[in-house]
Amino acid sequence: MRTFIGIDLGSTTTKAVLMDENRVVLGRGITNSRSNYDVAARVSKQEAKISARFTLFNQALGTKGGADRLLADLERNFRLEQFLSELTLLEKTCEAYLDQPRFKEGKAALKEALVAIFKKIEGEAPQIYAPDADRKSDFFRDIAGSRFMNIAEAVSKEAGTSFEALLNIYDKSILDIESQVSPDEIVSRQLLNGLSRALREVSGVEVSEADAQTALKKVLDTELEETYVVGTGYGRVRLPFPKEHIRSEILCHGMGAHMMFPGTRTVLDIGGQDTKGIQIDENGIVANFQMNDRCAAGCGRYLGYIADEMKIGLHELGPIAMKATKATRINSTCTVFAGAELRDRLALGEKQADILAGLHRSIMLRAMSILSRSGGVSDQFTFTGGVAKNESAVNELRKLIKDNYGDVTINISDESIYTGALGGASFAHRAV
Amino acid sequence: MSKQDVIKSNSQIVQKEMITRNYDKITSGKVKVSSTFVPGNLNELLMCFDIANNLPEINAIQNAMRKKSGDMIMEAERGGHSEDVCTYVKADIGMMAKGNIAPNGKPFPDPDVLLLSYTGCFTFMKWFELLREQYKCPTVMLHVPYDANAGPTKNMRDYVVKQLKEEVIPTLEKISGIKFDIDRLREYLRKSAKAEDDLVWMLEQSKRKPSPIDCYFGGIYYMGPIFTAFRGTDEAIEYYKLLRVEIEERIKLGLCAQSLDGDMPEEKYRLVVEGPPNWTNFREFWQMFSEAGAVVVASSYTKVGGVYDYDGFRHDADHPLETLADYCLGVYSNRNLPTRVDMLAKNIVDYEADGLLINSIKSCNSFSAGQLVIMREVEKLTGKPGAFIETDLVDPRYFSAANVKNRLESYFQMIDQKRRAGGSATLAV
Amino acid sequence: MSTKSVKELVTYCQEIFDDLNFSEARRWKAAKAGRKVIGFMPVYVPREIIHAAGMLPLGILGGGADMEVIHGDAYYQSYICRIPRSTIEMALSGKLDFVDGMMFPSICDVIRNLSGIWQLLFKDKYVRYFDAPQNFKDNIGGVFYANELRELREGLEKLGGRKISDADMRNSISVFNENRSWVNKVYDYRAASPWKAPSAEVYLLMRAGMVLPVEEHTQLIKDYLAAAEAENRPVRDNCRVALTGAFCEQPPLNLIKSLEMAGCYIVDDDFMLVNRWIKGDVETSGDPIENLSKAFLHQSVETAAKYEDDINVKGAYLLESVAKRGADGVIFAAPSFCDPALLDQPMMVSRLVARKIPYITMQYAENSGQMQPIREQAGTFADSIKLWGAA
Repeated sequence: MRTFIGIDLGSTTTKAVLMDENRVVLGRGITNSRSNYDVAARVSKQEAKISARFTLFNQALGTKGGADRLLADLERNFRLEQFLSELTLLEKTCEAYLDQPRFKEGKAALKEALVAIFKKIEGEAPQIYAPDADRKSDFFRDIAGSRFMNIAEAVSKEAGTSFEALLNIYDKSILDIESQVSPDEIVSRQLLNGLSRALREVSGVEVSEADAQTALKKVLDTELEETYVVGTGYGRVRLPFPKEHIRSEILCHGMGAHMMFPGTRTVLDIGGQDTKGIQIDENGIVANFQMNDRCAAGCGRYLGYIADEMKIGLHELGPIAMKATKATRINSTCTVFAGAELRDRLALGEKQADILAGLHRSIMLRAMSILSRSGGVSDQFTFTGGVAKNESAVNELRKLIKDNYGDVTINISDESIYTGALGGASFAHRAV
Repeated sequence: MSKQDVIKSNSQIVQKEMITRNYDKITSGKVKVSSTFVPGNLNELLMCFDIANNLPEINAIQNAMRKKSGDMIMEAERGGHSEDVCTYVKADIGMMAKGNIAPNGKPFPDPDVLLLSYTGCFTFMKWFELLREQYKCPTVMLHVPYDANAGPTKNMRDYVVKQLKEEVIPTLEKISGIKFDIDRLREYLRKSAKAEDDLVWMLEQSKRKPSPIDCYFGGIYYMGPIFTAFRGTDEAIEYYKLLRVEIEERIKLGLCAQSLDGDMPEEKYRLVVEGPPNWTNFREFWQMFSEAGAVVVASSYTKVGGVYDYDGFRHDADHPLETLADYCLGVYSNRNLPTRVDMLAKNIVDYEADGLLINSIKSCNSFSAGQLVIMREVEKLTGKPGAFIETDLVDPRYFSAANVKNRLESYFQMIDQKRRAGGSATLAV
Repeated sequence: MSTKSVKELVTYCQEIFDDLNFSEARRWKAAKAGRKVIGFMPVYVPREIIHAAGMLPLGILGGGADMEVIHGDAYYQSYICRIPRSTIEMALSGKLDFVDGMMFPSICDVIRNLSGIWQLLFKDKYVRYFDAPQNFKDNIGGVFYANELRELREGLEKLGGRKISDADMRNSISVFNENRSWVNKVYDYRAASPWKAPSAEVYLLMRAGMVLPVEEHTQLIKDYLAAAEAENRPVRDNCRVALTGAFCEQPPLNLIKSLEMAGCYIVDDDFMLVNRWIKGDVETSGDPIENLSKAFLHQSVETAAKYEDDINVKGAYLLESVAKRGADGVIFAAPSFCDPALLDQPMMVSRLVARKIPYITMQYAENSGQMQPIREQAGTFADSIKLWGAA
């Protein structure tokens, strides 16, 4: 089938969205950004295709008779298969590094340590991918990295091997792994294996094993033709796409917001490092835009910095701020000074919640400036980016918009991280 | 004339020679030297006293293009200057602190006089006060009132003329030892007007589709002689004649505008640009336009040293001092905001542009304060989209290529998408 | 004879200061039909002419520390000072709807261009860019300026629908002469005994003068001086500083309080220079326009936005002020991005250094919130003066 793909190379994550020729989204993929942009793009695209196959499989099975549970379990097991595959690859790569002259001396001990570490991680894997397991990240790099670090420390202490050497080997190996894309055949095999596991684990499903496997094989055999691919991304000297296949991330963002909420006229995107205010017309085309891309104040990083300063989790900022009885006036908009002002306020006896509420208001005031310069806020208003998940930020924004622009419908989507890629896919569709 | 001949008799080479010659003259030690500003540059008057014309703004630009201004600015900041202020000033002060070496490698002499043409920019006053502290030389203030109501009054004009008569000319006489001869001034003014006619002809050629020239990046080179030490000279007349011949040839051959990398193969976007260019990354900045097929058909910066097209001003030899006053009052940065809006909107319509691009300069309040309003007003008047990028004059720390490219590309794609939707954007032939 | 206490008077002034709707000015306008209000921005306009027209000059000094700017940010990039954006915010939110005209003095390019923005946004209001001369000779700058004043007079006559007679103007000159002399008395009083007139109070008193009719302000000053004298306030071991650079965008009141809290009596400043612009009196007999012109040319204070023709005279005003007010040092407090203050500073600093007068520099925005660094810097300065002060 013909498909149209948009790929958004962000600073932290790379996203891909795949849609069919009726502009219906079939799949979304995300991976961590990495130094090899080409690989990041391909991995995210592959993830989107995987996601599309799940969608098609879901369509084939329907939702009745426990099919949705089967699907959920399939996904979980597939991820487990993926993880184990990568883990094996990582182990092989690590061991290959042992042949380097500098590891000659402790080679045997290091090899033993590595075997122990990987065995342990392999043992943990089912738990990591157990139903309802709580993972801080879904990226292999993050999961494997944190487990390796943890276990290696313990192992090296016990065995008396060099922790540093183990880290060194890991760092090199993970880079190698990150620059590889699994071939499609392997992915297909992982899906089939995952299905087998799922069928064994899940009970009370009316779909027969044979039907399920036939359906999956059919989905896997369906060719997802990459009819047109559009790439976008900011700050990349060279995107890994030919020139005609690149669209500015501002346009992609505007179009993506339009695709999610066709009534959108104003888009606010607060990313990790920049803030964009975009005005779009009824067709999703950008009419005006302003950016703050020189200063982290008011961006996601700012919140990350605050969370570090207060020694709380990033995801805790919003909920704590919501408990405020008043918003402390915070005037330092500079990230660098915010920490000092924070400490000042705490020392003066101000409540943590009140200070956080003030900080959130401060961020949204910056956003209001950008919006103001870009042309104001028109109905409907769509808010995208990681900060949109922060309830306190959204709360402050609602108040500010109400006070200054009246009653405006505010849209926030759970999938807003894919906005750019969605816009890109739409442009891909338009291009043909 | 064949295409090869066009390249050989490059007006750019001539223009470069003229500027080099002027630096040699300034550093020769054989003439009196005055420092003054591009807006309000009374070159014809200075020539009456055989005084060489040194322009610190041009010096800052030269340093920036040679990638030296960054260090100079930091030197000035180390010496106590704020990060927030005009980078031309800081580059100049830094240059002085680092030996005051001219682009030709020779040291600048101390100026014999600072001719403070106070028009279009408050910072000029402080700049020359700062230089006066260094050089302790004679400084003469020529206060040119701001044209706040789109039409200088008789009071303003008389005031400028009086200052010329009673302050500027006596000072220049004293410095040079030469008596003022008003007929000599008239002669120079006649020559200015001649060159100005060809200049305006040149500016108007970018109304054509495709435009044979770029009137922002390319325009910098074309404005060189008329903005600097050559207005009122035979050389300027010759230069603009030569330029005219070259452009006529380009038109005959149907060529698109020429960038530093050669002729653009295709003209895809026609833009009007407001604001000075960035000098530290001039070439890179230009390439972002030329590589996208974008030509600037009109710009406000090419009017900063004098406006000749909007109200048809020419230096008038029959009213020598009054015409100098009119010239000073009429420079772009001395015009009020509604006039600037009108000029830009007219440009968009007359030159059939796709829209207005504003290059907002961080350290220049004269241009920058109000540009957001200008953009909105011009959009309203013309129905064409505007775009806003932010850089600086000569501080390399404030030029972010990725930043600028991102906004430019978004703008070009905006225009593309509007065209596809049958919007109001024009298509180049 | 008023028997109000300092507290009552200061509270009154504080209310005026906090009131961004300018209720006092609105009340004045509503009290009589046909009254007009003319807003003016820093640094100097001849209020006498506005007064002679029967109109109220209203000093516009930005929206202050507590006003959030939302719409104003659409007009200015982030690297431009705050006063123009908060002023536009005030205008757009209706706070200046009763103001019939605005005057923009030639202080810098930002305010200059703001006059153009005003022309575009408020086509029904009287807008005047007020270009003061940078040539101070009677027959050159004086002629230009006198004509400017005549134009202003004509403009206000047209706006008000009535003629402004020479007698009206002479009278107004006299009234402002009186106000100015009382303002100077306050400054003298504070310099003589700064513990009796804390700078935050003096500041609020002067801010009130930007809103109230000048006659009321003169009376308010008289009342304050009497009340302050009656108070028993302890002397503190503070050093004495002259503050300069804050002639346009105003610092938060907290900054002024913080400086004194940190140990620095402010014995001179350039906040609201308009009320002390003319040194001495303006001549009251003869042609009032010529008199105002001559006073401006020959009796003006020195400030960054004004050209000083003689390099030997440059900086004299600051040095005289340091001497006259017995200041131990100077605090340069400039708004961020302020071209006049920041470009002038090195020239002023070099003159202080040559005379071994201690100084510090700081920057602020009208809504700066962080006072801790200010207190630290000022406190250290005060300590260093006391420890190593000149004999």
